[in-house]
Amino acid sequence: MPTLEKIQIDRRSFLKVTALASGGMLLALYASPLDEVFAQMGFPQAKLVPGSFIMIHPDNTFTIMAKNPETGNGVRTMLPMIIAEELDVDWKNVKVEQADVDMAKYGLQIEGGSTATPMNWMPMRQIGRAGRQMLVAAAAQTWNVPESECTTKAGTVLHEGSGKSATYGELASKAATMPVPDFRTLKFKDPKDYTIIGKPTKDVDDSNIATGKPIFSIDVKQPGMLGAVFVKCPVFGGKAVSANLDEIKKLPGVRHAFIVAGSGNISTLSSGVAIVADQWYQANHARQKLKVQWDEGPTASESSEGYLQQAQTLAPQKPEKILRQDGNVDSAFGGAAHVVEAFYAYPFIAHATMEPRNTTASYKDGKLEIWTNSQLPGIGVRPLAQILKMSPGDITVHMIRGGGGFGRGLVNDYFTEAAYIAKEVGGGVPVKLLWTREDDMHHDFYRPAGYHSLKAGLDSNGKIIGWKNHFITFGSNGRFASAADMQPDEFPARFIPNYELGTSMMPTGIPTGAMRAPGSNAIAFVINSFIDELAHAAGKDPMQFNLDLIAGEPLPAAAGGGMMRGAPYVASRMRACLERARDNSGWGKRSLPQGTAMGVGAHFCHLGYFVDVAEVTVTGNHVKVNKVWAVGDIGSQIINPGRAHNMVAGGVIDGMSQLMDYEINIDHGRAMENNFNNYEPVRVAQAPPEIYIDFVQSKYSPTGLGEPPLPPVLPAISNAIFAITGKRVRRLPLKRSDFSWA
Amino acid sequence: MPYKLTINGQHHTVDVPGDMPLLWVIRDVLNLHGTKFGCGIGQCGCCTVHLGDRAVRSCLTPVSAAHNQHITTIEGLSEDGSHPVQRAWVELDVPQCGYCQAGQMMSASALLKKNPHPTDADIDNAMDGNLCRCGCYHRIREAIHRAAGIEPGSEASSSTGL
Repeated sequence: MPTLEKIQIDRRSFLKVTALASGGMLLALYASPLDEVFAQMGFPQAKLVPGSFIMIHPDNTFTIMAKNPETGNGVRTMLPMIIAEELDVDWKNVKVEQADVDMAKYGLQIEGGSTATPMNWMPMRQIGRAGRQMLVAAAAQTWNVPESECTTKAGTVLHEGSGKSATYGELASKAATMPVPDFRTLKFKDPKDYTIIGKPTKDVDDSNIATGKPIFSIDVKQPGMLGAVFVKCPVFGGKAVSANLDEIKKLPGVRHAFIVAGSGNISTLSSGVAIVADQWYQANHARQKLKVQWDEGPTASESSEGYLQQAQTLAPQKPEKILRQDGNVDSAFGGAAHVVEAFYAYPFIAHATMEPRNTTASYKDGKLEIWTNSQLPGIGVRPLAQILKMSPGDITVHMIRGGGGFGRGLVNDYFTEAAYIAKEVGGGVPVKLLWTREDDMHHDFYRPAGYHSLKAGLDSNGKIIGWKNHFITFGSNGRFASAADMQPDEFPARFIPNYELGTSMMPTGIPTGAMRAPGSNAIAFVINSFIDELAHAAGKDPMQFNLDLIAGEPLPAAAGGGMMRGAPYVASRMRACLERARDNSGWGKRSLPQGTAMGVGAHFCHLGYFVDVAEVTVTGNHVKVNKVWAVGDIGSQIINPGRAHNMVAGGVIDGMSQLMDYEINIDHGRAMENNFNNYEPVRVAQAPPEIYIDFVQSKYSPTGLGEPPLPPVLPAISNAIFAITGKRVRRLPLKRSDFSWA
Repeated sequence: MPYKLTINGQHHTVDVPGDMPLLWVIRDVLNLHGTKFGCGIGQCGCCTVHLGDRAVRSCLTPVSAAHNQHITTIEGLSEDGSHPVQRAWVELDVPQCGYCQAGQMMSASALLKKNPHPTDADIDNAMDGNLCRCGCYHRIREAIHRAAGIEPGSEASSSTGL
């Protein structure tokens, strides 16, 4: 199986240089695809031609293009930091500019899967370093000295022997005519010489945010812009048959009202009713008078309770498909000193980004222009072009800062709706489609619910000798629904001699999709909780039990084992995180008051290793998280430590919301929760007073931080609750077991 | 009927329905986009503005209730980012996505006006209505202390072992 390192080394890349009229220099990187990795990580095969731009201005300031969409993880700042470092310029002289969607120029433009760092760490450094080398070559030629005698510092090339120096701005025009260096010959900076990477660097948009500048997708304003709502059937996949459009069109401000038949594919364009008015408020106000006759379709018979009953029926049956089998679990259970069985369940949950879904679009003379907060707009262009019977080349997409993503923006349904409505309105009139919070919760692509029927055997020394998981999930015809999968090597596979992971699938009409740490956000809870159960059954300390479990070298990974969790697992990295978390938290060494205990959770996903220890107090049914110690290993370099700490703290808090509250109940094929009154993220008073964050620095190439800090906090807290109360929570969220935040 | 509003010191007359939420008057009639729409039911605090000195949820405030009143939005806290709350927010690099932060800053500045040296408990009380989906709460607390000119508690809220 290819590793990231291998692909980075094998990659054939070259720089294309264009002199600009301004005297600046434009560098664009073209490299071969990393689509193998993407296929492994569960993304669609993409034609990657990664690229980036540096512009050097005569006054020795620099514009660096941010290639990826920004929804809050800090990549708009972080990726240009890497280029600037290797280019060897002063960060205060860098202006960051957001690239438009152009996959041929920039490669895959995605905010998702914690991929920004592993995907771009090498190419961003290559771009910066190659740019620097061309500037050095220009100076050496001008001064008639060997390149090897030239050095650079903060945007200036120096030649010590002659005492000559020139700024990059002065050299830019000549540098643009220099040959592009072979990327394989580039020598990167020694990390000890970094002046930007590894330094806490403020987000480039901080000042705009603090002064309320209109930088978000919802703030896009175009001349003559209209506002739109799009009303879909509350039952997923339902169709609009008829509506009182004539009445709606007479309401104040309303310009257009029409039925959209839909594409037949819920992830592109659902059927519904569009109302377009002078102002969005008017469109939304008119909606209150809207009467639609829906054809609800087959999903109307589905419900969360129904899925649970089906799962409970399927659990004792033979799995539909075996994903991995080692040894013989049944004979292991036969010879076990203890056998433990448990059934775990978790619900559908919604992304609930703070910014409700929205996109602005304008259509004129066969051309479409779009402003969106999509996390993967480039992938949405082709299906959109098909629906609108346009050529993808006639669609321009501007990536605008999103108020949160968490994976919601990986599905381009809302952007397709906006474009479709704008084309219907036509005439170059820009239309901003904005969903209400209720639209957002009722029409998400939810983290799928799931059910695990677990059985494990311990020998007389308390060692796990057999582990069986029947994972009941959603899918049909042997194919998992989106983000509803488990992979053959899911932990603790490869560490237990007798292991069986089987799955059975239930068809569903409920749309599912990736949500921050997809799969992991639920699986980590189940696996770590059950390991904790086994530790207690074995009479062992849970921390030591976790360490013992991964003390040996793992069994081989399955072919095509997947990159997200099991296959690339390096046990020594997780052991180091566990030991650090144990030591940081004083695990087992501090005496805690009555009603207070610690719990541990550990999880590997998206190439990152994280361990959380939570100290929790339970009073009655009220849960207070006093402190979380988070330890992560995401490789050799934390690129922007300021943002990294913020992201880890955020992952912990996001996980706490999932643990305690998040649940979307399906009834009659529709989502029952509406808004933040019955879907409640953690509030400031509920956040732990302290989150202590620590990184284990390892020799591995740096990887991402969007996903891996989240999953382990759920079991860390619920395992602490068990230690205090003896109550084992096997069904999320905690509020179902009558717990609430203190 | 026309409503008279003084927003960030500027006088406006808007001819809109009286039940139109102040949020949409601010955003779509007066084109001040710093104030954000998050939930529409007063649960998230993204739309927080000052009505006089009070922090209110503009999504639930009908424009009629703001007639002849002074309203401050994030743009009016200071245009150049010099208000202590704005400065603290940037100095501590508080935001992740940043969407809720205008509302957070408006609640924080209203708190500081009333209580120049709030404790953590005061902050938790005053900021309870402002959700941050990214979970920047520790930096928000720290930034309010910074803006108040008070050093946060002896223990840092988010330390590093780097």
